[in-house]
Amino acid sequence: MTQKSTLDRLKILADAAKYDASCASSGTSKRDSRGGKGIGSTEGMGICHAYAPDGRCISLLKLLLTNHCVFDCHYCVNRKSSNVERAKFTPQEVADLTLAFYKRNYIEGLFLSSGIIRSSDHTMEMLVEAARILREEHDFRGYIHLKTIPEADPEIVHRAGLYADRVSINVELPTDAGLTRLAPDKNAGQIDGAMAGMKSAIVEAKDAKKRFRHAPKFAPAGQSTQMIVGADAASDADIVTRASSLYTRHRLRRVYYSAFSPIPDASAVLPLKRPPLIREHRLYQSDWLMRFYGFAPHEVAQAAGADGMLPLDIDPKLAWALKFRESFPVDVNRAPKEVLLRVPGLGTRAVGQILMARRHRRLRLEDVAKLTVSVKKVQPFIVTVDWRPVLLTDRADLKALIAPKAEQLELFAA
Amino acid sequence: MTALQHVRLGTYYVVPMASSDDFDEWRDHARRLLMADVPPDRVAWTEPGGSAGDLFSHGDRRLPVPDHDATPPRVSKRFMNIAKTVLLNSDPTRFSLLYRVLWRLQTKPRLIEDMADPDVRAMADMARAVRRDIHKMRAFVRFRVVEEEGGPNESKSEHYVAWFEPFHHILRHNAGFFTRRFANMRWSILTPRGSLHWDGETLREGPPATRADAPGGDPAEDLWRSYYASIFNPARLKVGAMLKEMPRKYWKNMPEAQLIPELIAGAQAREATMVEKGAIDMGERPETLAAIDKAIHACARCPIGELNNAAVMGEGPQDAQRFSGLMIVGEQPGDQEDLAGRPFVGPAGQLLDVHLAQVGIDRSAAYVTNTVKHFKYVQRGKRRLHQSPTAKEIDMCRWWVESERMIVQPRLVLAMGASAARGMLGRTVSITKARGAPIPLEDGSELWVTAHPSYLLRLDGAGREEQERLFRKDLAAVAARLTQLQAS
Repeated sequence: MTQKSTLDRLKILADAAKYDASCASSGTSKRDSRGGKGIGSTEGMGICHAYAPDGRCISLLKLLLTNHCVFDCHYCVNRKSSNVERAKFTPQEVADLTLAFYKRNYIEGLFLSSGIIRSSDHTMEMLVEAARILREEHDFRGYIHLKTIPEADPEIVHRAGLYADRVSINVELPTDAGLTRLAPDKNAGQIDGAMAGMKSAIVEAKDAKKRFRHAPKFAPAGQSTQMIVGADAASDADIVTRASSLYTRHRLRRVYYSAFSPIPDASAVLPLKRPPLIREHRLYQSDWLMRFYGFAPHEVAQAAGADGMLPLDIDPKLAWALKFRESFPVDVNRAPKEVLLRVPGLGTRAVGQILMARRHRRLRLEDVAKLTVSVKKVQPFIVTVDWRPVLLTDRADLKALIAPKAEQLELFAA
Repeated sequence: MTALQHVRLGTYYVVPMASSDDFDEWRDHARRLLMADVPPDRVAWTEPGGSAGDLFSHGDRRLPVPDHDATPPRVSKRFMNIAKTVLLNSDPTRFSLLYRVLWRLQTKPRLIEDMADPDVRAMADMARAVRRDIHKMRAFVRFRVVEEEGGPNESKSEHYVAWFEPFHHILRHNAGFFTRRFANMRWSILTPRGSLHWDGETLREGPPATRADAPGGDPAEDLWRSYYASIFNPARLKVGAMLKEMPRKYWKNMPEAQLIPELIAGAQAREATMVEKGAIDMGERPETLAAIDKAIHACARCPIGELNNAAVMGEGPQDAQRFSGLMIVGEQPGDQEDLAGRPFVGPAGQLLDVHLAQVGIDRSAAYVTNTVKHFKYVQRGKRRLHQSPTAKEIDMCRWWVESERMIVQPRLVLAMGASAARGMLGRTVSITKARGAPIPLEDGSELWVTAHPSYLLRLDGAGREEQERLFRKDLAAVAARLTQLQAS
């Protein structure tokens, strides 16, 4: 069989990589190409070089080294039993492609993952080799994210951390039962162990760096993971709880959620219908609540309904506020930061501006309006010098008053 | 107090700015005006090449001389930081806005923290627009490679040239970013407001350029466009989210953006095809064996059903009383089963019968069936050669064998071969590892796994003897367990 052209293989292997949600290129150590032989820089903030019509940012060249795989995970387009077209790149080809794209300012770096070929160790070796070529032979100083394989030899995985800015291991499914059912070749314990190992390596390297200036860097952008939402029966409360335990136990930088989306040649075990994309959005919002708004995991779970699912029509913060109306209204001129952060419609930026502005003036409703996106949404929950929501928080129809209007279904929609 | 009196008499000043993005120039002028106590509404600032308008047409272009004893104004660092960014905005009112805020800061030093103040707010908005433009330039500049001869060395003969149209005066500000990132590359960025050239060592500023000065296509753009189209997931179209971060105004200089309309147009169709291809609409679950029998004869949901074959239904004792609680599942009907319309009547079936008899299992009291209902084959001359079903075909056909199991309600299922095991479990298991011990099924029954008898037929010599021994051992264990279950 003749080798497919680079263009054809790029199409296949990029297509296969698109189900990994992460494309972040932020949070790594600051460096640039001055004084070196190659190219590349990272300046803290990630850069999205393009956006696809699915609304996702394209920051990294996201590729699979190969989409051949010996595993048979039902939700995965590359599983052994799938009929997708297969292709593979050599580590050298991946490095060349990365450099060609980087020089034209298309990307921030590389996100390399792979199907499992031959053995986990062999596959991991190949991933590390691509990173090594970039770093050592081309002095590439851009961003590298390597997917690591939990089953691979820890020594090889460790080398990945020395070249990469970020490493990730996917937990794939929010519950162990789901993993057993849908990813029969994977083992929850092994994934967990690999994450724990990665965490201690990152912590150790950080510690060494504090004491020895020349200690090698190890995955300075930390580790992340991804969960598929909607392929199994896990509720939002399950997912949020799992995510928070990952944040605390393994010090993950990010947990990504990927709404299960129909894949070509799907396995018959899977639901055919995708979960609403909004569900993924609500999970990200709840993730934000935990990371930036001081919500505890059980508080996010309180925002969910009896079935453990977050409401789809309103955001989780509003859902929480509607459940705990006794905490409102909040006086924007007096309330401490933690309390202001709980007000639906006030983001972290708005809260910061309120805190600053109120040192200079007693805030009126029109002032708050200037600092927020929608004062209408905030109004029922706050008290200002000239505004007090009379009994509003006691009204049974409050949700209907502030929730976004349901869209009228189009009768003649195309 | 001469300067103050001067102003009170109604003198207007016009400050023509020599540069659009030079903060020091603005600061020098502003400091002089402030020290001479000139209120903001008496000053008009003009862009290079701009005019101050009628009101100030008679304004004094010489700035006032500050008093000797006037103290130089002091402002917070915070103001300076925001002001430096605001100055890069292309809004012509930025100079006067900054001066107005600076003026007000003299009496209200912490004004800059009051985000509810309209002037402070306007500054914040302008600064945000500039920061965004700076960021978008870093993101959306697209270099094209031009091969040039006579470079000082091999690697520098490639020249990377970009054409970009910023909305604010950010070109010079962004020079540092590009030199840090592409320190060892020779590049130029051309814009309508000026150009930057880096040769690997020094940065040179050039005059404004036009799009015609920038080079044409680059072969790598085809790769990039393919990447862009492939990484896009048509099952999750969110055009609004894309437009928010990548507004149309940037599209014209991005090679990938020309694909967007067709990607959006094709997306729904692509998702629909995917779902349709994956869809196996099985309808309602049949409630009787007769209904299953009828349905599988009409089933053509996978390609096997479209071959020249007839579905083979499972069979068990007519009299429910006689049912031993054992369900035996094979892979699929073979040539002879297809012709006879009954399971396990060919060579493999005969071998099975011998072994069942040896361990004392009564086949006529068991329910015998297959995972896949049709015979999959390839025609070789007159012979139809058996073909293994794919995992997908098994998964599709599971519906029927599951329906049978729900109706028959066996206490023990014996799956023979990997296909049958997959049909029961939904995943592929290794026979060697799974045999010899029960696997609990959700309905409380248990699954035992063994080799398929046709596997034994393909072996000979010592290998066959060994496998037959293992097979018989599995059957004996099943027989013993069945007796146990019947007794309980």
